[in-house]
Amino acid sequence: MAINKDFFKKVLNLNSLEGEPNAKSGDEAEAAPAPETVVCKGCKRTIAKDEFQRRLYVCPRCGRHMSFPPRERVLALADEGSFVEFDAGLVGKNILDFPGYDSKLDEMRDKTGEPEGVVTGRITISGCPTAIFAMNPDFIMGSMGAAVGEKIARLFDYATAERLPVIGFTVSGGARMHEGMLSLMQMAKVSGAVNRHSEAGGLYIAVLTDPTCGGVTASFAMQADILVAEPKALIAFAGPRVIEQTIHKKLPDGFQSAEFLLEHGFLDTIIPRQRQRAGLYRLLSLHRREDGSYGRA
Amino acid sequence: MAERKDLTAYERVLLARDKDRPTGMKFIDGLFTDFVELHGDRRYGDDPAVVGGIARLAGRPVTVICIEKGSDVREHIKRNFGMAHPEGYRKSLRLMRQAEKFGRPVICLVDTSGAYCGMGAEERGQGQAIAENIIGMLSLRTPTVSIITGEGGSGGALALACADRVWMLENAAYSVITPEGCASILWKDAEKKAEAAEALGLTAEKLAELGIVDRVIPEQSDDWDMTMSALRDALAGEVSKLCEYDEERLLAERYYKYRNMGVNGQDW
Repeated sequence: MAINKDFFKKVLNLNSLEGEPNAKSGDEAEAAPAPETVVCKGCKRTIAKDEFQRRLYVCPRCGRHMSFPPRERVLALADEGSFVEFDAGLVGKNILDFPGYDSKLDEMRDKTGEPEGVVTGRITISGCPTAIFAMNPDFIMGSMGAAVGEKIARLFDYATAERLPVIGFTVSGGARMHEGMLSLMQMAKVSGAVNRHSEAGGLYIAVLTDPTCGGVTASFAMQADILVAEPKALIAFAGPRVIEQTIHKKLPDGFQSAEFLLEHGFLDTIIPRQRQRAGLYRLLSLHRREDGSYGRA
Repeated sequence: MAERKDLTAYERVLLARDKDRPTGMKFIDGLFTDFVELHGDRRYGDDPAVVGGIARLAGRPVTVICIEKGSDVREHIKRNFGMAHPEGYRKSLRLMRQAEKFGRPVICLVDTSGAYCGMGAEERGQGQAIAENIIGMLSLRTPTVSIITGEGGSGGALALACADRVWMLENAAYSVITPEGCASILWKDAEKKAEAAEALGLTAEKLAELGIVDRVIPEQSDDWDMTMSALRDALAGEVSKLCEYDEERLLAERYYKYRNMGVNGQDW
């Protein structure tokens, strides 16, 4: 399977957000296609794709936070060269022989250039080491199958053993129904690993991004010590359409938005993407002792 | 009726939802004595869809929690058709912690189409309540047994089923999504519900094969007294066994039980 290597070149560090794009090599300049554009889902205006990427997939006009490919997200947050990926080859199989799932997986791997729905590893942020996971909104809607659960659980196990914090970016439609109950059980599996990490004194910061729904909300997204969200992210157990079908009423604007959850006491804070590197660094450093270790003495 | 072992997955779903199937409180009556119901989550309210309290199982005090759908129209409405709000999950966690304090085993009886999908439930943190229950059950320092008696509807069922032992009645159905929902999302056709039920692997037999369910409880055709009395004996035996475990073993076995979910058959 072909993993797209281009994102390594495209991604800019958050620190250089307002700066010039990385100098391109001759090869890349030649290969550059005609300027591509994207339409903002918020204000519907057309934006040049490279500007959009440079701004971390945030609309420069209305500030809408669009979906952020997980590998680019991790690289944008990490100190340059610090990202070490874990379990890159860990992929799920169609254990239930669910009709159409094999071809769906192939299609997703082609489309996203990623073998599974989450990227895990370790990075440093301004020198602070942390374990990190970022879910993939484009991989069957960020759904959680056995491989996604296993990668995240292993990350927590690693962080527990190494006494590292975990930063987790969630985005998910919920369980991956092609894996039936094995998918639901990942909620319990990851929760067990989160619990062990927590009981050992580990810090877990979840960053809930648009949309975080279903079984992910009802497990590890909500189990963090510190709950951060991106502006206007939809955060729900049942998504708006399901609720509207249940109650036969239209939901008010902003229902289940990050701002709504903050107001109702279910989030600690909202941090826009451009400030996440600084914000997460500050949270990590507040939990780090002088000798560089984290957690209970 | 066909031989029960020949039923299709969807026929079992229909049996799991059958209006004549005993609901949670009937199981409490059939399995326990001296039940004292305890109300409220001490946070917001009392959810009638979740019934909990203290009772005796073959003489031993236990904490018992069930999801109750109600058995007539008035009760269906009162119990919200067994679809719990966050208060229900928070009440159950409160009762589990109380059980831990007094060294009582916890028995959960699960029969729900799912956690309620409404505005109030979302405003009061349905996802957070379920997430906290899952972690709460995984770390509870007392033995736990959950029995799926009818419908096991996704996260709303799992919130009461992260137990040392998960048992399932022969014709119960435990699923990540309803077959109708799955068929309409994946195949844009809710009528393909029977195929979806088959594909989802939601029967007790299949889930036992996958290691998600530890024991399948046979149903004695329609003789519920007999079914319950056999279940009571089996449950009392299992609880006695779990009560012999020291706390560390109990927690470690429970952790690995869930940590290994979905690992079988994979290449990693």
